[in-house]
Amino acid sequence: MDCILIGSNVKVLAKAVQSLSRLGEELYLEPQENGLALRTVNSSRSAYACFLFSPLFFQKYTPPKSSTQRCKMVIKSVQAVFKSLSSLEKTVEKCRIELDIEKSRLTFTLHCKHGLLKTHNLSFQDSESLQAVFDKEGCANTLTAQPKLLVDTVLHFPPSLEEVRVSVNDERVLFRNHVEDEAEQSKAMMTEFCLSAEEFDRFVVNMHTCITFCLKELRGLLVFAESSGLPVSLYFDEPGRPMVLSLTDSVLEVNFVLATLSEEGQPRNHNSNMRRVSEPPITDDFMNDDVDYIIAMEAGELAGDSDWPEPPRHALTPPRLHGAAGDQQESSGECEDEDGQQGAVETPVEESGRPPNKKFRSLFFGSVLPTPSQMSNRTLQSQEVLASDSEDEDGSPSP
Amino acid sequence: MPLSTQSDQGDGQYVLVASLDNVRNLSNILKAIAFKDHALFNATPNGLKVTVEDSKCLQANAFIQSEIFQEFTIQEDSVSFQVNLTVLLDCLTIFGGSTVPGVTTALRLCYNGYGYPLKLFLEEGGVVTVCKINTQEPEEPIDFEFCSTNVTNKVILQSDSLREAFSELDMTSEVLQITMSPSQPYFRLSTFGNSGNAHYDYPKDSDMMELFQCTKTQTNRSVTHFFLINKGRFFCHQSSNYNHNHLHGFNSTVIPLSRYKMSLLKPSTKALALSCKVSVRTDSQGFLSLQYLVRNDDGQICFVEYYCCPDEDVEEE
Repeated sequence: MDCILIGSNVKVLAKAVQSLSRLGEELYLEPQENGLALRTVNSSRSAYACFLFSPLFFQKYTPPKSSTQRCKMVIKSVQAVFKSLSSLEKTVEKCRIELDIEKSRLTFTLHCKHGLLKTHNLSFQDSESLQAVFDKEGCANTLTAQPKLLVDTVLHFPPSLEEVRVSVNDERVLFRNHVEDEAEQSKAMMTEFCLSAEEFDRFVVNMHTCITFCLKELRGLLVFAESSGLPVSLYFDEPGRPMVLSLTDSVLEVNFVLATLSEEGQPRNHNSNMRRVSEPPITDDFMNDDVDYIIAMEAGELAGDSDWPEPPRHALTPPRLHGAAGDQQESSGECEDEDGQQGAVETPVEESGRPPNKKFRSLFFGSVLPTPSQMSNRTLQSQEVLASDSEDEDGSPSP
Repeated sequence: MPLSTQSDQGDGQYVLVASLDNVRNLSNILKAIAFKDHALFNATPNGLKVTVEDSKCLQANAFIQSEIFQEFTIQEDSVSFQVNLTVLLDCLTIFGGSTVPGVTTALRLCYNGYGYPLKLFLEEGGVVTVCKINTQEPEEPIDFEFCSTNVTNKVILQSDSLREAFSELDMTSEVLQITMSPSQPYFRLSTFGNSGNAHYDYPKDSDMMELFQCTKTQTNRSVTHFFLINKGRFFCHQSSNYNHNHLHGFNSTVIPLSRYKMSLLKPSTKALALSCKVSVRTDSQGFLSLQYLVRNDDGQICFVEYYCCPDEDVEEE
């Protein structure tokens, strides 16, 4: 494989590498007919990212003759090629990447100002194909926002925060920090950030849901999104199913697939998930919930998450990942929950799904919301649009 | 504020007196060679030369000409002493590092001669600090025998571009290889680290290249060891001219002349940071000379140079 990048695209590639480095330690490089794919997966296999650069992204792109030109390398060594990111645009005129597995050669050549030539011959390993299976179009909810919106949102949470809970209904999205331990909850600072539907370029919510995922991985994507200025799309539905973050333009497609916390004690296939009524009965207290959407602290039993699907704290179910070569492409297929034991978080099961009593009530701001009856109709309807039979390969909804 | 009003028991007693209105003109340049605790000071009527050495393989020199000083009086042809450079720098910067425009720290350096401490008078805004630092027996600096006639290759570069390359060098590499050649690649810095190797090439016609004089490519030196059994005893000879009939065996090792230990060259980046131009020269033995042209606060020129031995740790081929 031989390709040449010029001008500002070099920085785009470097930013992609930087973004991937926030997720995993190894970079999987796979030149394909439809472009160059850079992928990574995190150590617990609960997050996957792929940057696909189409041939048009390059000044010249020569795909490999054989399809087995795949390699992986320590991501730090690729980052070393693109040091001093800020001055990259000004100094680098052209970048050439050559990969020849037979000759054990992976070379990055940077042609810089003043005739300076930087050549990096990196060591690498052969690898199998790394592809995740996910279905963006099959997700119940789709939100698209300018990257600045998400960057500003994430800014409000402390850098040490691991997981964030996102709740969505027809009008808005709530971002909250997720605290595992019950004991910690009473001591921790709870932050809640609300974005109305109007702030999004696209706001399609077919299912009111509340998902919890790792904030660090979202931040990793935002590293790239912010510099590219491309709108970020979020695809998700119920907890446990992976969430997909995506950016696209004419020459580039970026997908981050993140696992979300699921409910333990549920059977692993989607049939039973679908039949389960995830929402508790809607009560009049629903109106009170919106009273506190601006201020951090929430009220006692009344408000809080009574209408939201409970955010349970259970084992993560990572998206299904294919390790072997020759597996299917990323576009179709259903996601299956994997064995909950694999990967990260094992937490004690809550007796009731309800969050513990909160401290005090905030008194400001009324709310403008559809009536509870409207809410429940839509919620029930959305269940039918939901997940199809996991056994069904072509993804058609089950009757 | 000059200190001439504060003469100390008459200057006639001192073998060396040097004054500066701005002590930074001395301290900045000394920081560029302060990679070891001890430094050798040698003063002559031409000025001050400060030398720092490391493990007999690396030597750094800073030259501050007498013209830089507001006063430079020396009673002998050559005055030498050794001091703790770290302590000296702490004293020179005793008024802190912040630069308020218009305010400078003045220095008066006085030395009585052999066996006496080095006296420093530092003044800023009317406050005077007196420092006395013990001096030690001056050691003979290494003579690398690096003279202009032995120089095989010479290159003068603008420091900006070399700074960029040095800041990006792969520090997991034990050596830095410097290749200078009349043909491609004209001037190359190479590292061999954990993730692979990297090369930085400067073409001879680059606008960062001020001078390019390379007579021959000098990368390797071949050393052939000959083994003989003579009268029952085992001999090992090292030679390129030998009568092969007597040989019982030989092996050949290739010593790359142009490799230098990264750890030795790392301190030179401080000098590189201060400088505007750098000259890189190698001689027939593979010794490296880096000379840095440094402009001080007042725009005056000083020099710092580094000499480095080639890396002798060889991997048998």
